[in-house]
Amino acid sequence: MLRLLVNGTERVVADDVDPETPLLWVLRDHLGLVGAKYGCGIGACGACTVHVDGKAVRSCTLPVSQVASKKVTTIEGLAENGKLHPLQQAWIDADVPQCGYCQAGQIMNAAALLNEKPKPTEADIHMAMTGNMCRCACYTRIRSAIMTASNQGGSNVRRG
Amino acid sequence: MSAAADMMSKFSQSDAYVAALIRDAETLPMPAGTMGRRGFLKLTTVGGVGLVLAFHLPGKAMAAGAPKVLNAFVRVSPDNVVTIYSKGPEIGQGIKTAFGLIIAEEMDADWKTVVVEQARVNPKVYGYQGAGGSTSIPRGWDQLRQAGAGAKAMLIAAAAKQWNVPASECTAQDSLVHHKASGKSATYGALAEAAAKLPAPDVASLKLKTRSEYRLLGKRYTGVDNMKVVTGQPLFGIDVQVPGMVYASYTKCPAVGGKVAGFNADEIKKMPGVIDAFALEGTGKPVEVMPGVAIIANSTWAAFKAKNALKVQWDESAASKDSTTAHEAKAKEIAASFPANPAVNVGNVDAAFANAAKTVEAYYDYGFVSHSPLEPMNTTAYWHDGVMEIWSPTQQATPGLALVSNMVGVPEDNVIIHQTRCGGGFGRRLMNDYMMEAAAIALKVKAPVKLQWKREDDFAHDFYRPGGFHQLKGAVDKDGRLDAWQEHFITYTTDGKTEVSGGNYSANLPYTTKAPNVRRATSMMPLLTPTGPWRGPRDNAQVFVNQSFMHELAVAANRDHVEFLLDVVARDVPDLRVKPGPNATFNPQRAAGVIKLCAEKAGWGKKRPKGTGLGLAWAFSYGGHVAEAVELSVDDKKKITVHKIVVVSDVGPVINLSGAENQAQGGAIDGLSTAMGLDISMEDGRIQQANFNNYPVLRIRSAPPVEVHFIQSDFPPTGLGEPAVPPLAAALGNAIFAATGERVRTMPLKKLGYSI
Repeated sequence: MLRLLVNGTERVVADDVDPETPLLWVLRDHLGLVGAKYGCGIGACGACTVHVDGKAVRSCTLPVSQVASKKVTTIEGLAENGKLHPLQQAWIDADVPQCGYCQAGQIMNAAALLNEKPKPTEADIHMAMTGNMCRCACYTRIRSAIMTASNQGGSNVRRG
Repeated sequence: MSAAADMMSKFSQSDAYVAALIRDAETLPMPAGTMGRRGFLKLTTVGGVGLVLAFHLPGKAMAAGAPKVLNAFVRVSPDNVVTIYSKGPEIGQGIKTAFGLIIAEEMDADWKTVVVEQARVNPKVYGYQGAGGSTSIPRGWDQLRQAGAGAKAMLIAAAAKQWNVPASECTAQDSLVHHKASGKSATYGALAEAAAKLPAPDVASLKLKTRSEYRLLGKRYTGVDNMKVVTGQPLFGIDVQVPGMVYASYTKCPAVGGKVAGFNADEIKKMPGVIDAFALEGTGKPVEVMPGVAIIANSTWAAFKAKNALKVQWDESAASKDSTTAHEAKAKEIAASFPANPAVNVGNVDAAFANAAKTVEAYYDYGFVSHSPLEPMNTTAYWHDGVMEIWSPTQQATPGLALVSNMVGVPEDNVIIHQTRCGGGFGRRLMNDYMMEAAAIALKVKAPVKLQWKREDDFAHDFYRPGGFHQLKGAVDKDGRLDAWQEHFITYTTDGKTEVSGGNYSANLPYTTKAPNVRRATSMMPLLTPTGPWRGPRDNAQVFVNQSFMHELAVAANRDHVEFLLDVVARDVPDLRVKPGPNATFNPQRAAGVIKLCAEKAGWGKKRPKGTGLGLAWAFSYGGHVAEAVELSVDDKKKITVHKIVVVSDVGPVINLSGAENQAQGGAIDGLSTAMGLDISMEDGRIQQANFNNYPVLRIRSAPPVEVHFIQSDFPPTGLGEPAVPPLAAALGNAIFAATGERVRTMPLKKLGYSI
C-alpha cells in the first residue's frame, strides 16, 4: 500500500493504482486535488508543477512510487493557516490570470524559486520560470507579481 | 458519390456555424433598435429570496410556449448581495468580470458585494451562448445595460412607493436607494421583495448612463475568479468529477479521413484498469465525430497507457495526403501568373503600373498554426434517463446543443450542457468535436465518462489556421502616394468551390490598403486537413502581409512610413467608401488616431543606435482599431531582442482597464510568439508537430515589456480578444528592416534563421 504525505495529510493510494502512474494523475483522479494541471505530459509546459520536499517538480512525468514518504505540496496546500502565500496574493492583486489554467504551476514554480532566492533578479526569474508556458502570455504580469511577492515592487520592473 | 467526394462534401459542410459567427462578427454591433423589440416581461421572486430580472425574447421561443421567465441576469438577495449571471463562456478573455461590471454599472450596485456566477446553458432563456470573433461585448452591451438599468428602476420605484415620494427624487448608489429631502435610505436587499411585485418598466423608458456618469467602468478590477484560480479550485472542464465516473481516451487516424479497419482489442481489453475498448464509425465530419477507437478505463492514466499500446489498422483509402512541401512548390508555380478574372477590380491597375514612379513586387508566405490552448480537449458526458448530460469547456455551447441532439437523436430539451471555464480558446473551442466524441462514447457506456485528449491528440487533430501565399505588386505615383495594389492570394479549398475556413480574404483589407486602383484574385489548392478560425481569423496572417508590403511601398516612395500610412487611411476612394451602418465599421479618424498615438508613444523618428530599429503597423480587426510598434535589436547571428512593444487600441469605452490591458499585452505577445517560431507542417496527411517540445510557444525570458494605451471614445465598445494580435507580426518585420535592411516575407521567422 502506497502512502503519501500531501499538503501535510497522509493519503493512502488504493492498491489497484499502477505504481508507474504519474503523481499528477494520482493527485487529480484518486485524491481529488485538481489544482495541478495536465498540459503536455512530457514535462515541457510546467502546468503540473508541485513541490516534493520543497523542490518544484513536474508531476506529469514523476511516477507516484518515487514520492512515497516524501512531502508533497500542491497549490491547494500552499496557503498556510488560512493565509494566502504572498505569491497567491500578488497574483490576485496584479490580476495575472487570463484563462488561469497554467497559473497553479506558475505559482508553485515561483514559490520554489523564492524558497531558494527570496530576492530574485529578473534574470533569476527568467531562468527559473522558463519551463512554465503561459499560452495567454500573461508574462509581464507574472514577472511583476513575483517582484511584488518578494517585496521588490511590482511596477516598472527592469529586464535583467 | 466516390469515397473521396463524399469525404469532401462532409468536410465542406463542417463549419457552417463558424462561418455564421464570423459573418456576425463583421456586422456587429446590432443596428440600433434591435434591442427595442425586447421588452421587460416581469420581475419575479424566486424561491422567496429576492428579485430576478427577466427579458422576453421575440420570435420562436415565445411562440413555442416557452416558460415566461426568460433571460435572467440579475438576482438581489435580502442580504443585499447582487448576483449577476454571466451567460457567455469564460475562455480567458475576462468576460465574466466584464459582464458583471456592465450590469453593476447601470444598476449602481456595490461591486464589493456583487457575485458573478456562470449562467446555465439555455437558449430559450439566454439566446445564443458562445464566444468568438470578439463579439461578447458588442453583442451583450445593450442587453446587459438594460438589465442593470431595469433592475435599478424597479428598486427605486419600490423605495419611492414605500416612502410615498416621487421616484424622480430618489437616487441610487452602491446598492442603496436614497431620498435626499427626507434623508431616507434603503438597501437593494431590503427593497428586493417589494420591487419584485411592481410592474416592469418599458425598455424605452430606461435612461442609460453616458460615459461621464460611469462610476465603475474604465477602472481596474481583478478577475472575479482569481481566488479560485490561485488556490487551485475546480473550475475547468478537466476538473469535472462526477460520482461513478470512468475515463476515456479516443484515437483517430493521424491522417484525417482514415477509417478503423481493425485494432488489437483483446490485448487492450486485458490491460490493467481497462474496462472496454471499441471502434466508433463516427459521422465522418471533423467537427463531429471521425472514426476512431475509444478505450474506457478506471483512470486517466490507465486510459492513456492503453492508448499507447493501441495498434490500429487504418484504412487510408480516402484519407488526407496533404503535404506542406508539395503545397509550397505548387503555390510558387501558381503565383507565376495572375488570374484572368480577378474578383476585385477597382480603377485601372495596368495603367497605374505603366505610369508609376516606382513599382514593387514581392512574394509572402506563412505556415499553418495550431491553437494549442493549454487545457487539452476534454468533455464529461453522461447518458441517463434519455438525457445526454455534458460538462464541457466549449466556446460554443448553443451550437453544441443542436449537434449533440442531432447525433444522439433526442430533442434539444434532452441535452444538458454545463459550460465550464476554458483553459484557453483562441478559436479552438468553436468546434465541439471533443464534446461530440464524448457524447458518442457515453452512449455506449453505462456511467458518466470523461474523455481526455492527450496533448498529442490536440496537435494532430486541430482546426489549424491555414497557411497562405501572396504574390503582390504595388505602385506609387510621382507624388509618392500609393496608386495601385495587386494581390494574388494562393490559398486552399476542400470542396473545390470555396476557400477553407480562415483562408479567404479578410473583409477588413480594403481599408488598410486603400488605393485608387486595386486588383485582388484568389487561387486555391486542394486540402483535406481541417482549418478554422484562429485568434483574429484571416487578419492574423493577412495583416502581416499587407502591412509589411505597405512598408515596402513607403520605403520605395522614400516617404516616412507613418505619414504614408496616414495618407492611405485618409484617402477617399469612392469604390471603397464605407457605407453608413453599424458603428463597428472602419473609421478613418479612429485609424489615424491610433497610428499617431502609437508613433508618439514609441518615439517615432528618434535617432537609434545601429542594429536597433522601430517598426509600426496597424489593423482594423474585429471592430477594433489597433496600432502597434516594436522596438528591437538584431545581432549578427540574427538573434532578436525585443526591447518594447507599444499597443494603442480604440475599442470604444474600456470596461475593465486591467482586463483590457491583459488582453492587449497577451494578444501582442501571442502575435510575437506565433510570428517568431510557430509552424505546423504536414506530410502524407500527418501533422509533423506532436507536442510543445517542437512547437516553441514563447516563454517568459523572451517576453518584452508591453506598453498599452487606449483611446476611449463614445462608440459602442467592441471586443479585445482578437484585434491586438494582427498588427504585431508586421510591426516586428518592419522593425527588423529598420534595424538591418533585411525584409521579412515569411512567417514564422525561424525559417529565415531568426531566433528570439
